[in-house]
Amino acid sequence: MLEIRNLHVQIEDKKILNGLTLTVNDGEVAAIMGPNGSGKSTLSYVIAGKEDYEVLDGEVLLDGRNLLEMDPNERAAAGVFLAFQYPLEIPGVATMSFLKAALNSQRKARGEDELSTPELMKRVRGAAERLQIPQDMLKRALNVGFSGGEKKRMEILQMALLEPKFCILDETDSGLDIDALKIVSDGVNALRGDKRSFLVITHYQRLLNYIVPDTVHVMANGRVVKSGGKELALELEANGYADYRTQAA
Amino acid sequence: MADVTPIRTAAETALAELFPAVKGRLPGDATIAGQRAEAFKSFVDAGLPHRRIEAYKYTDLRALLRDVPPLATEPSADAVEAARQWADPFAGVDALRFTIVDGHVVAGLSDFKLLPDGVEAWPLAAALSAGPVASGLMGRVAPAKSDPVLALNAALMTDGLVVRVRKDVALDRPILVRFLAASGAPSLIVTRILLVVEDGARATLIESHEGAGVAHHANTAVEISCGDDAIVHHLRANASGQAGVDLSTLGVDVGGRCAFTSVAMVTAPSLSRHQIFVRCTGEHSTVTLGGGALLKNRQHADTTLVVDHAVPDCVSRELYKTVLDDEATGVFQGKIIVQQPAQKTDGKMMSQAVLLADGPTMNNKPELEIFADDVQCAHGATCGALDDDLLFYLRARGLPKPEAEALMLRAFVGEALELVDDEAARERLDGMVAAWLAARA
Repeated sequence: MLEIRNLHVQIEDKKILNGLTLTVNDGEVAAIMGPNGSGKSTLSYVIAGKEDYEVLDGEVLLDGRNLLEMDPNERAAAGVFLAFQYPLEIPGVATMSFLKAALNSQRKARGEDELSTPELMKRVRGAAERLQIPQDMLKRALNVGFSGGEKKRMEILQMALLEPKFCILDETDSGLDIDALKIVSDGVNALRGDKRSFLVITHYQRLLNYIVPDTVHVMANGRVVKSGGKELALELEANGYADYRTQAA
Repeated sequence: MADVTPIRTAAETALAELFPAVKGRLPGDATIAGQRAEAFKSFVDAGLPHRRIEAYKYTDLRALLRDVPPLATEPSADAVEAARQWADPFAGVDALRFTIVDGHVVAGLSDFKLLPDGVEAWPLAAALSAGPVASGLMGRVAPAKSDPVLALNAALMTDGLVVRVRKDVALDRPILVRFLAASGAPSLIVTRILLVVEDGARATLIESHEGAGVAHHANTAVEISCGDDAIVHHLRANASGQAGVDLSTLGVDVGGRCAFTSVAMVTAPSLSRHQIFVRCTGEHSTVTLGGGALLKNRQHADTTLVVDHAVPDCVSRELYKTVLDDEATGVFQGKIIVQQPAQKTDGKMMSQAVLLADGPTMNNKPELEIFADDVQCAHGATCGALDDDLLFYLRARGLPKPEAEALMLRAFVGEALELVDDEAARERLDGMVAAWLAARA
């Protein structure tokens, strides 16, 4: 599925990723944990294709295809989905119109027919119901005036609708109360499958009680410094990151 | 000290020579003829406005107008027939339609005979000679002496429309006036509309300015008088192509407890200036002005407006959106005047511009002139590129860059189009935005 080899990335002359190597297999849920500033969000942006970052070396392959040579929209059509840590507000664009534009752009890029409006509505309504998103939110401008929890649920709704292969959850748990965390986690778990992988970025072990990972990776100073099973998350919760900070330096 | 004789530009000379040559064939009785001569004199005395005249600071007509084409003549039957075939930008909007080809009303393409009870309309040329309505109100709302472009209009107006909606009559269907510039050779087209909406009446006026890429000069004036408790909507759309000059004036008197809205949408021509003078003369009225301009190449579009609060308790809102590409220039000058008696005035003005390249220029000049002490007035102006983070968000969801930009720009201009009450008309304006964006991509 996703292979990252020796990735070096900088932004405005500041080195953020220092030879990061990571493999996520088909159907795997990989959690990335690490202290502030270790490069977790940068990693998610680089995979999704944000232009501010300069890739100095390394490869990012999705099913053998080099993502670094693609535009962000091409990566999306290839199956990459980034659930943003801070979903953006888009004034004047109704959520439903946005969903339609996104879905049909991806289908077009893959050479598939556009979805008819009734079929789209059906799919959106179904997904919205499962995530307890009220129908009237779909008529409002995307994320404008939504609460933190509503924005995160909307991200998962988009993920469900776009059916990506590789999903990145960038601190999806931040700003969520316990109830919302459960709804969002259930939404994610419902999407787990043999052909879909997840990269779950989080600061806290709590999210991983709900979205139970197959592997846990610790990032420090722009690289993966330790990998293990889900028990690694519990260990981090107990001991903190102090050991890894010194190890990486 | 010797008299200073200002040097006339070629355009000024052409205009100065034009009036004496054509005044004999301009419509109107002796009173109107006198008013024309007076207006013409005030234009000649002032000359074309230039950058030292504050209202024309960013649109120096003395420098920008190189020449002036001859005054448009009545279109031939063939020209009318050709114009009749043009696609109606407001097709599907259930309206009373009036057609003006090359500055002359074409009765056969106008719904004079379909007017409901309580609504009267005349071609301006006829009303100037015989109409009591026109002579009583013409120039009252927008006095010619106040502005040289308007003075030219008052001197040279050839035809147009006079509409009166009587007391308490709700005119459901919009009055749609199509201005078709059909002549193959450039001409000066000078038209005027006078709309009188009496107490308690309702009306919507839509102006559609259309052309076929010939560099005409248009000078249009619209005067609207809103009686007490009237509800009036006005729309102006210009998508007449990339050539030519469009100078327009909207003058409005707003009575008490009125709602007046005007929205202008511009994608053409190469040089345009739309000036608006609104006067609140009755209490508890709401004035809403808005517009969208989409400009490319070396297009220049100016919106200059003055909202004059003369009485207490009125609300005014202005929202203008400008999108600039290539080396286009946008201008927004907005002035809210709150006179000393106009306590409790609530005014808010906003002009926002998006620059899509390094070449465009946007000039924003909001002004407040407040003489009352218990008012709420605010203005704002923004100017910048599309938000990179938003673009990335949309692209990360699968939208290619041009489509992501188009979605954002359509929403950006759409905020101003939201002010348009008539849904079908709003959709047509949104279609203009979409067409512009599609041509860009």
